[in-house]
Amino acid sequence: MDAVAYASWLFIVSLGMTLVFGVLKILNMAHGSIYAIGAYAAATAVALAVSLGLPPAFSLVAMLLSAVAVAVTVGPLLERGLLARYYGRDEVVLLLVTYALFLMLEDVTKLVWGVNPYYVSEPAQLFGNVLFAGMRIGGYDLFLVGLAAVCGLITWYVLNRTTSGKIVLAVIHNPEMSASMGVNIQRVYVVAFTVGVFLAALGGAFTAPMISVQPGLSVSVIIISFAVVIIGGLGSIQGAAVGALVVGAARSLAVHLMPEIELFSIYLVMAAVLIFRPEGLFQSVKARLI
Amino acid sequence: MNSFKLMGKTRGRLASMLAAASVLTLAGAAQAEETFKLGVVTFLSGPAAESFGVPAANAAKLMVEQFNKGSAPAPYNKAGFGGMKIEMILVDENGGGAKQVQELRNLYQRENVDAVIGYVGSGDCLAVAPVADELKKFLVLFDCGSPRIFEEASPKYVFRTASHAAMDNVSLVRYLKSHNVKVNTMNLINQDYAWGLDSRGDFLAGMANAYPQAKMGADLLPKFGAGQYGTEVSVLGGKQADITYSSLWGGDLQGFLLQGAARGLFKDTTLVLSAADHVLPGLLDKMPDGSIIGARGAYGILSAKSPINDWFQASYQSMHKALPVQAGYRMTQAFMGVKMAVESAMAKNGGRKPTPEQIAEAMRNSTFDTPGGQIRMALGDGHQAIQGTAIGKTKYDAASKRVLAVDVQTFGAECVNPPANMKSMDWIKAGFPGAKCN
Amino acid sequence: MRSNRSLFMALLAAIVLILAGLLAPAWLQFLVTMSAANGLAVLGIVVLMRGGGATFGQGMFFALGAYAAALVPTWFGIQDAVLRIVIGTLVAGLIGALFAPLLVRYRGIFFAMLTLALSMVLFGLLSKSSLLGGSDGISIAKPTVLGMSLQSGNAEYVLYCLTVVVSVVAGWLVSVYWNSAAGLMALAVRGNPLRVEYLGASARRSLGTSFVICALLGGTSGAITAQALGHVEPNFSNWTTSGELVFVAVLAGYRRVPAVFAASLLLEIVRSFSNLYFPNTWQLALGVFMLLVIMFRPEGLGSLWPVAARRQVDPGTAVPSPTEGQP
Repeated sequence: MDAVAYASWLFIVSLGMTLVFGVLKILNMAHGSIYAIGAYAAATAVALAVSLGLPPAFSLVAMLLSAVAVAVTVGPLLERGLLARYYGRDEVVLLLVTYALFLMLEDVTKLVWGVNPYYVSEPAQLFGNVLFAGMRIGGYDLFLVGLAAVCGLITWYVLNRTTSGKIVLAVIHNPEMSASMGVNIQRVYVVAFTVGVFLAALGGAFTAPMISVQPGLSVSVIIISFAVVIIGGLGSIQGAAVGALVVGAARSLAVHLMPEIELFSIYLVMAAVLIFRPEGLFQSVKARLI
Repeated sequence: MNSFKLMGKTRGRLASMLAAASVLTLAGAAQAEETFKLGVVTFLSGPAAESFGVPAANAAKLMVEQFNKGSAPAPYNKAGFGGMKIEMILVDENGGGAKQVQELRNLYQRENVDAVIGYVGSGDCLAVAPVADELKKFLVLFDCGSPRIFEEASPKYVFRTASHAAMDNVSLVRYLKSHNVKVNTMNLINQDYAWGLDSRGDFLAGMANAYPQAKMGADLLPKFGAGQYGTEVSVLGGKQADITYSSLWGGDLQGFLLQGAARGLFKDTTLVLSAADHVLPGLLDKMPDGSIIGARGAYGILSAKSPINDWFQASYQSMHKALPVQAGYRMTQAFMGVKMAVESAMAKNGGRKPTPEQIAEAMRNSTFDTPGGQIRMALGDGHQAIQGTAIGKTKYDAASKRVLAVDVQTFGAECVNPPANMKSMDWIKAGFPGAKCN
Repeated sequence: MRSNRSLFMALLAAIVLILAGLLAPAWLQFLVTMSAANGLAVLGIVVLMRGGGATFGQGMFFALGAYAAALVPTWFGIQDAVLRIVIGTLVAGLIGALFAPLLVRYRGIFFAMLTLALSMVLFGLLSKSSLLGGSDGISIAKPTVLGMSLQSGNAEYVLYCLTVVVSVVAGWLVSVYWNSAAGLMALAVRGNPLRVEYLGASARRSLGTSFVICALLGGTSGAITAQALGHVEPNFSNWTTSGELVFVAVLAGYRRVPAVFAASLLLEIVRSFSNLYFPNTWQLALGVFMLLVIMFRPEGLGSLWPVAARRQVDPGTAVPSPTEGQP
């Protein structure tokens, strides 16, 4: 059961990364840093809500709003102001650019929020406990599972059933063709990146109640999102979901059965997938364009 | 294609750096006689900062100010260290053992400190102790708990002015026994590094003697700094036990307690925590009542009243607006021990600034009084301290908005520390032979 | 002719540095030792980048070399520093050769991710293995160098000289390689592996060679660092360690060997002073600097990775093309 809860958390966090790669072909190493910013922003927002005397349920809304705020400010700024300048370069160059971004955001976070941990426990208390198959499950974990499902469904629906979503799919498949068909590629990029940032910030915001928010969050998250995204296939939504489940299951199994391998069981799976099926579990093999 | 075109540039850079470095070293040497340069290393960022590093750094600042003014109570009332003004350089312990080795070398060789007090992390202690010995410079470990430092090696220049982790776990076992706590089953959760592993080992060995019929349920070893314990809480929830023992500390302990409490983990088990006093101010009413805790010494809410303790608590409170926790006490112990050693060495060498060898000789086998009790450098050939400790149960007091300690039991130093001629693990396994308890 | 000239320059560099070291204070010798050791690992990355692969897993070979150098004293009683370095290098090179056939099937991001995954697997293994010291790592006794034991007075200088010699030799060998047929072909593979294959050479073999050289240098670097520091830990294999090395590689570019060591020295100086004077802003500065280098130093980075002709797009329109990451 906690495999599912952990997998839901992974899914929310990795969805943004796979989306950004699918559309912009950028493997964003700063994704974890945005997750961290989301967590800090949520901590601040909840503290603000509490100090204003708002009811505890409002803290959830506060967290959602903080994620939106982060996305709207950070997303376009980073995409237009920074990443766009490096388009046309190789994907590895962009990877390095996002690595530089990761370094910068690490320190920016420290400068803005300081180096001490923040604790945001109010939202977790809201949900209490549920007795399920003899185990006490945190209601908050169930909430996360629900949230992950909602995010996945909304994303799938928007991409597959709305016009703008289909345009995004077209851009994913072939930006040049889409551009020549009259699609405003730059706008698609900005929007896609902003949504990716929003999802990362959302992940951070809703994880904040479960942990102590402190420097170093981003490092652990990036690496595990990479694993999920690679396993599921870069750019695939279903892949992110399945990848999250696989990683969640692997880790839970490891902790329950053989705790010594917990740390690297995930990377073993990632390496195995890279070796045997580098496109991931859900990527269709693309025709090679010479 | 001239592959070495940049040679000139590199040489120029090297030359100017050498010039700058020589000027700095000369300038540094000129001031040496009037001041005592002290490096202080502790966590200023990261998971251990708020609970350990910052209180320790605060205590260090307090000590430097009080000592330099000469306003500490006797026998610490001489100004500075034997008249020499204390100049402190504060360094962040974050970043891992390899980084700390480099920082220590920088402190000794570039900043030319006369001594270093530092290190909360047992891993860091194990990494830096050989370096101080290699460079023949004086080092006092003030906080880390692993007994290995002086049991697996004999450093000449390294000292520890606080008891090691064996004491924490032996006192917990003794407390459980003397209060007749029922232990048929026990769960364990400890961090997977020197401190966590050594604590777990010591506790299990002690319990094997005191509660031979106790069965172990879950035995978890999450990574140090993990912060997220969802899976661990599930495992522990599935195997409810009479007691849940943990040597978790800092941000990890706080996270574990918050996450476990949110899922009702602690309703049917008694928490037994070897080093938990520092999370109490942050948790307040979220800390389960009746948890059996230690502070790795008679510190904070577990401390005994004494003039020097009163002075310490009052001056710390007025400078930092909070009550001191264990890390602050231990930093104070280190400062006091160093002050005594330096002044005693100066008395022997005619009032000059003592060499590392002279300070080391003075500190060996010394005894001094601190807010946490009397410290005796009795183990590890006079390099490792022993002290008394106290264990108590937590109880949240809504009126004063603080967590108090009730049912406190104190233990003398020789009751819970191994004798000089035995390794702690051997002593525990043998059932504490030769222990002197009241 | 060329290699004679570069041999002369290498010897000159070694002599100058060794003499200059006599004037430097101990902390400076140590700093240069560490930066030269790191520089070797970066040199490996640069060789690989020049050959068409980008790695985020150099930490793996760094850790392998370091741990090998740390364990042979206790397991086999080997006290000599030079021997430990040789063993560390060989161990890393062996593992690199083992994995090379697997890795050369990939390019671009997948190559990078696979190296990253492998280095994290090693990180996990080292952290959990109590035999290898677990997450606390292992401390190493000081080595003897060619029979001499190191006393506190001259330890830093002797290690400094040893590192200088090893670095100069490695740098010279690498520059010889770069000017050789194999090295020039590596450049071609970086530019367009498909074309190389059509011309009859094996792009994979060339990439494999670059990778093994990278591994060897990583191992040397790790072995030297282990002995200078006296301590090894699993964090050596963490991706953050590899990331720092990649940063220096990006800074240095792939054209000049001395640039690699100069860039490494620069980073080491910044890092050495950072903890004391600007702990919360130095990564920010590094990140900004890296972005500027990527943008404005085309020699260092602009042509470092294959940018096929039709992909060179005017930055104003900013339309990235679909990438071909796989062979």
